[in-house]
Amino acid sequence: MLRSASVFLTKLITGVNPVWVDCQQHSDKLRVYFANHGSHLDFATLWAALPHAMRERTRPVAARDYWGRTKLTRAIAVGMFNSLLIAREGITRQDNPIEQMAVAMRAGHSLILFPEGTRSFDGVIGTFKAGLYHLAAKVPEAELVPVYLQNLNRILPKGHLLPIPLISSVVFGAPMQLEPGERKTDFLNRTRDAVLNLMPHAHQ
Amino acid sequence: MKLSEPLTQHFLASVFGVLAIASITGFILRKTAKSEGAQSTVRNLNARINSWWIMVVILIGTLMAGSTASALVFALISFLALREFITATPTRHADHRSLFAAFFLVLPYQYWLVYTKWYGMFTIMIPVYAFVVLPIIMVLRGDATDFLERAARTQWGLMVCVYFISHIPMMLHLPFPHLPLGNEGLILFFIIVVQGSDVLQYVWGKLCGRHPIAPTLSPKKTWEGLIGGVLSASLLGAALHWLTPCKAWQAFVMAFILCVLGFFGGLVLSAIKRARGIKDWGTLIEGHGGMMDRMDSLCFSAPLYFHLLSYFFHA
Repeated sequence: MLRSASVFLTKLITGVNPVWVDCQQHSDKLRVYFANHGSHLDFATLWAALPHAMRERTRPVAARDYWGRTKLTRAIAVGMFNSLLIAREGITRQDNPIEQMAVAMRAGHSLILFPEGTRSFDGVIGTFKAGLYHLAAKVPEAELVPVYLQNLNRILPKGHLLPIPLISSVVFGAPMQLEPGERKTDFLNRTRDAVLNLMPHAHQ
Repeated sequence: MKLSEPLTQHFLASVFGVLAIASITGFILRKTAKSEGAQSTVRNLNARINSWWIMVVILIGTLMAGSTASALVFALISFLALREFITATPTRHADHRSLFAAFFLVLPYQYWLVYTKWYGMFTIMIPVYAFVVLPIIMVLRGDATDFLERAARTQWGLMVCVYFISHIPMMLHLPFPHLPLGNEGLILFFIIVVQGSDVLQYVWGKLCGRHPIAPTLSPKKTWEGLIGGVLSASLLGAALHWLTPCKAWQAFVMAFILCVLGFFGGLVLSAIKRARGIKDWGTLIEGHGGMMDRMDSLCFSAPLYFHLLSYFFHA
């Protein structure tokens, strides 16, 4: 009930229009959706853009130092969106985000991941952190789906509390995988380029 | 405009009759279209006709529900149009507060002025006060990059999508006590003539369009379409003169002016779309594109129609 209300509210604010390019909406395989990051609306919007059956088994990955701060932020992240909260810093053997993501995937969940690690201020897509590479190596059967989120950083930019009602779109690209023997930097550049290539031409 | 009056009933029967003829024509064309290109054109035509049914039902329902409902529905139309307009133009981080004010203060206040019939403020609020206040909100963020362009884009969005469109529900408050369908008839005349001109330009263009008018802006607009469409829509206007205080020849001239202006409205907004590299403003209305793709001709002609009526025909 609360979840369908949040899907409706997200779609109302962001006018979201999902576009599937070379990517099936439904898949029985585990997936990691990875996208550019510029707004608090990003994970709710990507999550709301998924078909219902896929959404039910997909968990956003969010920073524990940010979303675990207060009871309210934790209730939104975990209670509403079933997020997996991970450490961005101070990683130990007991508190290893890659291991926690792999566990969630082995339990049958797909993940939403923002490999830049933080929200971009001006819409420019930053370099990808290594997490996506380590996860792809650890769960090689997963499909890695590049996603471009358009206009969300204009609807609710970093540093603002109130959204303006522009129309966003979520573009899903062709699933990828870590190639045998592919180097970390090559893989991270290739996945970042895959997101960049989904950008509509008018906005480049 | 009351459903119990015979004149209203006849009028509505004619409107839905025309739509029914369009739907039947679309059905026949679907059965006869052979080539892949023709089939795709007919598919788009049928999508357009289906959307027309929905738009006509919403418009007539709104007008019947009274002036408050009209202000609300046209406020929603302005909101959706402004949303498409601002989405399609580049904005910067520092524009966030002024855009928030445009959507959630200026737009509702303009329609509040329609509701309260405060005509003096209605005519100057956006051209003067929004013009002054929004750049002040913008300049407080300390970002000078493209400042004039950014301020101008917001102001343009408000003028075209809010100020111009708000003249349509304001027509309900013009002082004409003796119109057969009431002031709702003024709006029906306006929308039927201007949108009819768009449709007739499309039909004439498809039937005998040869010479493009502005190939760099809007390749589908042709001289044959323009002349045939505007003249036939002006004749339609003359036939509908009884909805307005005009005599038949006056309604012909009025319709002619509105259709020409509507044509240029479409052309100006096409130029904006072209500059941004987009084909349609949105995907809201199936077959037509976005809200602004349907409203462009009405935007540019609404204020003039309003002024001509109040200047030449004031009761």
